Amino acid sequence: MTAARDQILGSIRRSLKRGPLGEAETAALRARLASPGRNLVPARAAALDPPAQRDLFTAMAQEVQTTVDRVASLAEVPAAVASYLAAENLPAELVMAPDPALDDIPWHERPLLQFRRGRAEPGDQVSLTPAFAGIAETGTLMLVSGAETPSTLNFLPDTHIVVLRAEQVVPSLEEAWTKLRARQAARGDAALPRTVNFVTGPSRTGDIEQRIQLGAHGPRRLHVVFVDEPVATEPSAAIPSSPSAPPSPPPLAGEG
Amino acid sequence: MSDKRVRVGLFVTCLVDLYRPSIGFAAVKLLEEAGCLVEVPRAQTCCGQPAYNSGDRADTKAIARQVIAAFRGYDYVVAPSGSCAGMIRTHYPELFADEPEMFNEVQHLAKRSYELVSFLTDVMGMERVTARYDGLATYHDSCSGLRELGVKEQPRRLLRQVAGLRLTELPGAEICCGFGGTFCIKYPAISDKMVTDKAAEIEATGADTLLAGDLGCLLNMAGKLTRRGAAVRVRHVAEVLANLTEEAPIGAPEGVR
Amino acid sequence: MEATSRAFKSNVDRALADKTLQQALGLARTGFPAKRRAAVERLPEFEALREEGRRIKNHTLEHLDFYLESFEAKVRANGGEVHWCRTPAEARETILGLCRSVGAKSVTKGKSMIAEEIALNDFLEANAVVPIETDLGEYIIQLRHEPPSHIIAPAIHLLKEQVADAFRATHTELAPDRPLSEPRTLCDEARQVLRPKFLAADVGITGANFLIAETGSSIIVTNEGNGDLTQLLPKVHIVLASIEKLVPTLEDVSTLLRLLARSATGQEFSTYTTVSTGPRRPGDLDGPEQYHVVLLDNGRSAMLGTEFQDMLRCIRCSACLNHCPVYGAVGGHAYGWVYQGPMGSVLTPQLIGIAEAGNLPNASTFCGRCESVCPMKIPLPKMMRHWREREYEKKLSPAAFRAGLGLWAFFARRPELYHRMAAIGARILGGFGRRRGRFRALPLARGWTSVRDMPAPQGRSFQSLWAERQRARMPRYH
Repeated sequence: MTAARDQILGSIRRSLKRGPLGEAETAALRARLASPGRNLVPARAAALDPPAQRDLFTAMAQEVQTTVDRVASLAEVPAAVASYLAAENLPAELVMAPDPALDDIPWHERPLLQFRRGRAEPGDQVSLTPAFAGIAETGTLMLVSGAETPSTLNFLPDTHIVVLRAEQVVPSLEEAWTKLRARQAARGDAALPRTVNFVTGPSRTGDIEQRIQLGAHGPRRLHVVFVDEPVATEPSAAIPSSPSAPPSPPPLAGEG
Repeated sequence: MSDKRVRVGLFVTCLVDLYRPSIGFAAVKLLEEAGCLVEVPRAQTCCGQPAYNSGDRADTKAIARQVIAAFRGYDYVVAPSGSCAGMIRTHYPELFADEPEMFNEVQHLAKRSYELVSFLTDVMGMERVTARYDGLATYHDSCSGLRELGVKEQPRRLLRQVAGLRLTELPGAEICCGFGGTFCIKYPAISDKMVTDKAAEIEATGADTLLAGDLGCLLNMAGKLTRRGAAVRVRHVAEVLANLTEEAPIGAPEGVR
Repeated sequence: MEATSRAFKSNVDRALADKTLQQALGLARTGFPAKRRAAVERLPEFEALREEGRRIKNHTLEHLDFYLESFEAKVRANGGEVHWCRTPAEARETILGLCRSVGAKSVTKGKSMIAEEIALNDFLEANAVVPIETDLGEYIIQLRHEPPSHIIAPAIHLLKEQVADAFRATHTELAPDRPLSEPRTLCDEARQVLRPKFLAADVGITGANFLIAETGSSIIVTNEGNGDLTQLLPKVHIVLASIEKLVPTLEDVSTLLRLLARSATGQEFSTYTTVSTGPRRPGDLDGPEQYHVVLLDNGRSAMLGTEFQDMLRCIRCSACLNHCPVYGAVGGHAYGWVYQGPMGSVLTPQLIGIAEAGNLPNASTFCGRCESVCPMKIPLPKMMRHWREREYEKKLSPAAFRAGLGLWAFFARRPELYHRMAAIGARILGGFGRRRGRFRALPLARGWTSVRDMPAPQGRSFQSLWAERQRARMPRYH
């Protein structure tokens, strides 16, 4: 195997009419890998403010047959899930990612919804997972694997329900990578999660006469419960709204 | 006596020379109307594409050198063909990329070489023509002109100035007609399929006239249309723009107009 | 697979006479280009992205040794393994060895052109490992024992009735009188039949659209989700990819992903883009226990530094096939090997030899539509011309054609002689044909007149008429 390796690398260098790269050039390439620069990012989503990015996410997702139900708060999620299942005539039994992020949702308010936490098994009809991000430019969900988020939930059941919070929407793929790298760094993990799934609509195929059929091998239905809860970190939320408070001066450039 | 007019060397093209000189005279007329002084260097034959596209670089270069020498000194070189103009403009520089001593001359020639209609509009600023043609015409975009030289709107713009002429768009106007120079001889079955589809599209527009800017494509499409018995008059766009339509359309019997 | 590129012309005749194929191709010719155009028009930056894509891949190819080594180091650091293979035989043996090491009886496969290139299925089958194609199109052609006819839509040459016949012949455990007249029912049946096979497979083999040096990841892009089930459920995931799939960073691949789906199917983004980095992690509840990348060279390293280097930018989107009038006329099987259309016409001679595949780069009108839609701006016509040059140098083109070309060039290089001949030729042909305006048959141009008329010349050459006009004008200047 090392013979093959050396021959292939040698052949590449011979064809490029050079030997192994020098110290300086290698260092420059290493630096390029260590701090990747962005290429051109389309303005479609990047030029929008966060509320418009969320609307764009919704519109783009719906365009590819993802159904999106926008709810005002996490407290409304159980009812939304229950009514979606009822409307689709699906059983009220779900296999749910064992992710603590889903524990904030008051599931007990809908006692008829039954859950199993864990990976998906053959026969599971409906799964429910969190998302890592929603990418506005294409209406894409970014799902990452981990002990709390098994990937089988994204593919085995016929119906996949994803809970996405408004502040998880990012404009672009690049922004999503930045967000994921930051999370991995915060966890002290140098690697990407084992699997990163970008999901843009339910499974489909056009392999027979180019007529699109949903549900080729993956989920037939992809449903997003989009939680529009106000985001605490937004500047507008930080401004006191009490009428008795003195009017605050406009922020100055460079201040703080 | 000094002539201030723009001096244009007309690259006739081998097909126009052999098949349809009326296109050459139409080109001369249009160029003169645009204020050019037109000359036709006798030392030209062909741009070299048949050899170039057959992998024969040596003959291609010999022919290209002949063209370069023949058109030395003109302000512009103009051809009533996107294919030949494209050969000079985009492929000659590639052909001599390994000959630094030729670089300047080839670049100089390439930059001055144009397809006829786009030269008239883009360089000479021609906006109107005084021509009359009664009929419903459709236009096929020949591949080289379209993709190598960006000839698309220019002929349509001028055709809209022709009295009596109505234009209808050809679906698939940008799809090759199946001529391809030696291709149509080497792969007649594929070429036939392509030109059959093209002819069917042309007939389906209901147009009574087919126009294009390259004689090779026109011969191919006209040959298919007459074989199918379609009553479509086929002409080079220059003939219509120059109001020189006394000669029978391509493939039509003598006396037909 | 056995190449039939040498028999291109008879393949073409068969394809043109095949009414079902022509009907299927008719659907493809209009569908893909319209969808691509709509997607491109919707993204104002598309042209700029093409230029960036070209730049990224060029940079990668110029430093391919570095990026391959970086990729390998990262895969190892993540607990995976990289296997370097010079030839198809080495890749086949490596994969078989991995299958045997876990006692694999069946392997599921995501769509992989490299697997076709190394004829993996036949080899596994001969060695008692059952390969199961899981992409619907690949599954259909596997049942029919056919090669793919398109790089992203392998069964594009078929109509639904043929798919139904293949299913009835294979799925004999199902009721013989079940209705199978619609793509919906066919799709559901494939889903039902393949699901247990996904669950039972010991090894999953996928291709890779990209390999990422920064992270040691492989990326697959699919719409069906079959690739994900293939790599997620079995104990072992084998990624089979050629060396030019390398891309430096996640940012770089983001640019290429924006180009890929739009160019391929006209989608904004494919349904599933999956980035895989190593095997199952501690605590993971699913995912493969082993992650192997089989890296294939098969002559690609030798393309670097040649006039064919640009071909290594190809991301296999199929836009060139979808826009090629020749592909649209004859379909993919006529090309006689794994790759079709313009990209196949450039790559196939490299992989199986110009003597075998000489027809492919010749069967092009150089209309340039492929290059105009290629997301990586690969100069496909130019490279087909380079193959013709190699063929001409090696005297592989037909002797009669070379003789004819030589004679023409002899005259074309002698303008005065040429003009005399042209004047005579125009007079003779014009004299015979002018009255009717066309020839229905011409002895030396049967290739032309067998299918279309030859319009008659006007009877005089331009140069002779121009000389007369100049003589007539002379006195005015005295």
